[in-house]
Amino acid sequence: MREVYGRRDFAIIGELVEPKSTVLDLGCGDGELLSWLKEHKEAEGRGVELTAARVQKAIARGASVYQGDLETALDDYPDQAFDYVILSQTLQETRYPLHVLKGMLRVGRRAIVAFPNFGHYTVRWSMLRSGSAPKTALFPYDWWDSPNIHFFTVLDFEELVRRENWKLERRIFLAGHRQVRLLANLTAEIAVFLVSGC
Amino acid sequence: MVTQEMVTASATTTFDKLELDSGVTLGPVDCAYETYGALNADRSNAILVLHAFSGDAHAAGEGGWWSNMIGPGKAFDTDQYFVICSNVLGGCRGTTGPGSINPETGCPWAMTFPSVTVSDMVRLQKLLIDYLGISRLLSVSGGSMGGMQALEWAAAYPDSVASAIPIATTARHSAQQIAFNEVGRQAIMADPDWRDGNYYGGKAPARGLAVARMVGHITYMSDASMREKFGRRLRTPDQFEVESYLAYRGYKFVDRFDANSYIYITRAMDTFDLTQRGSLPSLFERARTRFLVISFTSDWLYPSYQALEIVSALRSRNADVAYCNLEARYGHDSFLVEVNEQTELVRGFLTSTYRDLERAQPKKGGAAARA
Repeated sequence: MREVYGRRDFAIIGELVEPKSTVLDLGCGDGELLSWLKEHKEAEGRGVELTAARVQKAIARGASVYQGDLETALDDYPDQAFDYVILSQTLQETRYPLHVLKGMLRVGRRAIVAFPNFGHYTVRWSMLRSGSAPKTALFPYDWWDSPNIHFFTVLDFEELVRRENWKLERRIFLAGHRQVRLLANLTAEIAVFLVSGC
Repeated sequence: MVTQEMVTASATTTFDKLELDSGVTLGPVDCAYETYGALNADRSNAILVLHAFSGDAHAAGEGGWWSNMIGPGKAFDTDQYFVICSNVLGGCRGTTGPGSINPETGCPWAMTFPSVTVSDMVRLQKLLIDYLGISRLLSVSGGSMGGMQALEWAAAYPDSVASAIPIATTARHSAQQIAFNEVGRQAIMADPDWRDGNYYGGKAPARGLAVARMVGHITYMSDASMREKFGRRLRTPDQFEVESYLAYRGYKFVDRFDANSYIYITRAMDTFDLTQRGSLPSLFERARTRFLVISFTSDWLYPSYQALEIVSALRSRNADVAYCNLEARYGHDSFLVEVNEQTELVRGFLTSTYRDLERAQPKKGGAAARA
């Protein structure tokens, strides 16, 4: 889990996670969210993280983290093993996002997906003005070294949820340190979705 | 201050009999062990540390094989935990093995000693743990063959181990691992002094055993660590540094290890196959044991795919498992020599396991519960 607004992320995700549930955090970094959920929500957590140094930190802080690639790691877990599967700020980096989302809803009853909104007005403006691939605070990379390989908006994600007949249970839109409600596809920097299978 | 009184007990206890996988009942059986630290009132802080192929019960303190991991403030913190280590069945460092006297003949068993398995070793350790009055271990941990024993503990006695830390290990030996062990056994048996194992009281098969050990040492290192340590440097005008090192290691080993134990214990490793008892996932079905599995990037003897096989099986049961493939340069030996990161992992894992356990089981006799 990469932090966007620091510990504020935890509060948002904490809002979505019922106490005493089981949680799988994909791309869990150094396990900070898992520790936070254990401490504040008595959640039983597991994590998947690719980078060895982060895995080390996560295990050192007591989190049960598996070093591996999240796209293939999902395949090993049994059906409906978790109450929640969390994917924060990583969906746009996965090779097969739909496969990942389906996997999340197979191993978990609910999926919590947070992603940077490519529809944010700064992104649109950056591209319109410069004619180049957008570079903004949200998408700070040059195109040739960006980890982001899929670009999608709030609208795109909701369209996919409809197409797959998933149930959209909650959505939270964030801009800076506040929540936004109006014209989310234009104003939200980060979108957090709580989705369940059908 | 730190070094003195590291070992809180060094003893040998004798059990009347031990049922072996082969169907043979062996008895009496000696079990040599050491302990470090103190057992708490709840008997909930005991950790069994399991030695690798050539190790012994002396794990910590001066000359202990895992002295960099066990001690005050170390990964297995003896200020907090009660650490136990025993010599394996079939060994030659105090526990009954082929060099022991067969009570029926009054002579050393030699090659008439019954074949032993990793699960026999663990069964003897279970007797020891029961004898010490511990019903549930906080953790079992070891590298290489020690890791096999840790896995066997979790599979055979799931209710007796709260957590397991198998390191640089496998659920079953590959053809390559068996092959290296076979070269070692053949080297011993090709030594004329071996005399079908009946060398006790005479000249031991030192040349064969030394060669076996030399082969072993090559497999414990990595290409990179050998390049770094020896390169092509010469010791004398006609001896490479690496030749001299292996010769030294080989002959030092002869002083402390019995050739027949070499044969018995390597066979136990080769025949170990957790999957024989059922699929790996089904084996851990009952396990509520928490796992920390560690492998090392440069370990080509026990490559990370073998650790991943264990980890995948555990994850398919949604078991509580942490896994890390640590960046390390020293090959299979890493779990013994490159312990900084391993220490961090083990310490954090044990701390959280212990804390969760204490939370789940409120202290007996604490507060007036009857009121």
